[in-house]
Amino acid sequence: MENKLIPLNCLPIGKKARVKELKSDGPIRRRMLDLGLITDTVIEALQRSPSGEPVAYAIRGAVIALRSEESSKILVEAL
Amino acid sequence: MGLTSQSTGASVLTNDLVIEHSSDEKIIALAGNPNVGKSTVFNALTGLNQHTGNWPGKTVASAQGKYRHKDRSFILVDIPGTYSLMANSVEEEIARDFICFGEADACVVVADATCLERNLNLVLQTLEISPNVVVCVNLMDEARRKKISIDLEGLSRELGVPVIGTSARSGKGLDNLMDAVYELAFRNASSLQESAAACLQINYGEAVEEAIAVLEPAVKKILAGRLNSRWLALRLIEGDISLLESMRKYLNLDLLNDDNIRDNLAKARQILDETGIETNSLRDMIVSCIIKKAEEISKKTIFYLNQHYNSTDRKIDKILTSRIFGIPIMIALLGLIFWITITGANYPSSLLANLLFSLEEKLTLLFTWAGAPDWLHGLLVLGCYRTLAWVVSVMLPPMAIFFPLFTLLEDLGYLPRVAFNLDNYFKKACAHGKQSLTMCMGFGCNAAGIIGCRIIDSPRERLIAILTNNFVPCNGRFPTLIAIISMFFVGMAAGPMQSVLSTIILTGVIVLGVIMTLLTSRFLSKTILKGLPSSFTLELPPYRRPQIGKIIVRSIFDRTLFVLGRAVMVAAPAGIIIWIMANINIAGSSLLSHCAGFLDPFARLIGLDGYILMAFILGFPANEIVVPIIIMSYMATGSLLELDSLSQLKELLLDNGWSWLTAICMMLFCLMHWPCSTSCLTIKKESGSWKWTGLAFIIPTLAGIVICFLVASFARMLD
Repeated sequence: MENKLIPLNCLPIGKKARVKELKSDGPIRRRMLDLGLITDTVIEALQRSPSGEPVAYAIRGAVIALRSEESSKILVEAL
Repeated sequence: MGLTSQSTGASVLTNDLVIEHSSDEKIIALAGNPNVGKSTVFNALTGLNQHTGNWPGKTVASAQGKYRHKDRSFILVDIPGTYSLMANSVEEEIARDFICFGEADACVVVADATCLERNLNLVLQTLEISPNVVVCVNLMDEARRKKISIDLEGLSRELGVPVIGTSARSGKGLDNLMDAVYELAFRNASSLQESAAACLQINYGEAVEEAIAVLEPAVKKILAGRLNSRWLALRLIEGDISLLESMRKYLNLDLLNDDNIRDNLAKARQILDETGIETNSLRDMIVSCIIKKAEEISKKTIFYLNQHYNSTDRKIDKILTSRIFGIPIMIALLGLIFWITITGANYPSSLLANLLFSLEEKLTLLFTWAGAPDWLHGLLVLGCYRTLAWVVSVMLPPMAIFFPLFTLLEDLGYLPRVAFNLDNYFKKACAHGKQSLTMCMGFGCNAAGIIGCRIIDSPRERLIAILTNNFVPCNGRFPTLIAIISMFFVGMAAGPMQSVLSTIILTGVIVLGVIMTLLTSRFLSKTILKGLPSSFTLELPPYRRPQIGKIIVRSIFDRTLFVLGRAVMVAAPAGIIIWIMANINIAGSSLLSHCAGFLDPFARLIGLDGYILMAFILGFPANEIVVPIIIMSYMATGSLLELDSLSQLKELLLDNGWSWLTAICMMLFCLMHWPCSTSCLTIKKESGSWKWTGLAFIIPTLAGIVICFLVASFARMLD
């Protein structure tokens, strides 16, 4: 049973997901990898900023805020 | 365009990374992720024995300091805080280059105990380059509080290098750290080899390992022990161009000129091609392997006794960055700081003023007793001393209160939340969310804020942040704003409402500054600095319990006294010059009056008068002296009175034709006019061109003139 892949910015707050694919490339891709966003990393959407963006995510024990420009290029499988 | 941080190329073939040192001094590199207390470790070890500067040819700050341990000298070099050594940014490139070519005897990697898995990424990357590493797991006290248990010995076994737990803020574990560094730096060749063998090696999978094995012997031959050949072979295979450039620069070695290497590199790439691994996916694989290794190690050595160890932080975040309360709380916090500053500074300010001005009388008596000529008394007492007395009595108390409060917010970890709250507005202005952090730094000193813009990676957005930093009033302008508010706008309200009202007005002025920043950023993004916002990632570090005592000491000595000292240095000569200008008479009136008279028609248009505008111009070296200049020019032309309270000052101003409109325009112009000379020089240094400096000068000045003109015209229409 394979779950449908959704872009990370569509993941509801409070939900966890598994990273499946990075669609960005170049320096942004490398930055995302450095944050630990490799395949099968579990990530949780924690909190929206007051104006809705960016969103803070729990990634490998750290809290990182991403804008939708970046998070829409991370495909995840909701858990 | 002055946008590149590349130097002029004069440093070609000289290894400017090698730190000057005598033969019995050991060089220790200090690496680590940002926000892990690296600078706390650095300060704790080196104390005041440090000096700061820039990395050669780069706008990245460097710091080195000395310490002694067991009768040996060590030079500690603070390399930029980074998450990785893959050279994705200037900081990462410098960090990597220093570890590779800086000829350090050992490298200390500082890691955050409360977030160790993520920090292991950098540790593992460093170990690949050099086995001479000590891992310093800092913030052990915080980890204990969060019930995170770390098996330091197990971690040391896994990594194959010493691991030391520290709580640098309270100084715990630093002796052990220095012991470990000492042993590493002074061991003999055989134990050096042993440790190199014990050091952890990451397995990148069959195909990649095979490719490395093909290339490594050729690399090893040419390196002759200078770098880790396995690591370098892998970098060659993945095609790391920036490393090749660095090798040419620091080792005068062009690897691709070597036939042996070229042949074997082709073979290695072929192996990967056959297994379907292309350059892009190879990079992913390498990073993935490192991260998986970090995950594997942390599973074995880190134990979370409380699964919800972060829940308090999350709860605080839910409030401080909530949709409804996030921004009101932020403004309220800012207001609270201002309120405490205004209320708290009131009493000591008048006390200081009384003291210093009564001293002026004594000085006058002394001068009369000594029979000093009038001009000398005027120059030194009425000019120099009076300006100094004003600057000290008006600046010192607010600064001594504001800086510790602000440092407290910084230490708590609140500032990144400010950036988080405001990022969307900055994004809409096509600017970077971290610009709000550089604005916070601007509250202390705009020059510091401008240097702080280095935290923004993208050159376009960094330039926007530099050009607009002046819209945040620095502490040189704060006291002016506070004094005017207290004199002109709170007289109507009585009692405790006074300070609340002052706070609201001051906060309003700051918010106006923020709005101007956003508008200007957007304007720049749509015109001369066209471009889309670049990628943005912002870490929200764990909240930390601040150390009140250290905050007070640090903010008083590092900031308050430093800033005050600089203001005094400028104020003393400025006082003399202004007194001379006010007392040299040409054709019946003073030089100052002539200049002011010339400026007056224009100044009246924007709601000011010639003397005020003159004061802003003469205040170019430092904004702190603007008000003293105004006072002195009025006093020189009008009746001389004893000036030791704000109400007397208000009378003086009213006598000279001030109205509430003058006060408003004065505040607006104080918020928006040219940056002080220090800021201008800093902008030149950071942007690399006079063109941008000129723009940074013109933008706020134009904004101030236009807005003051509109306000003044509007008010006149109402009259």
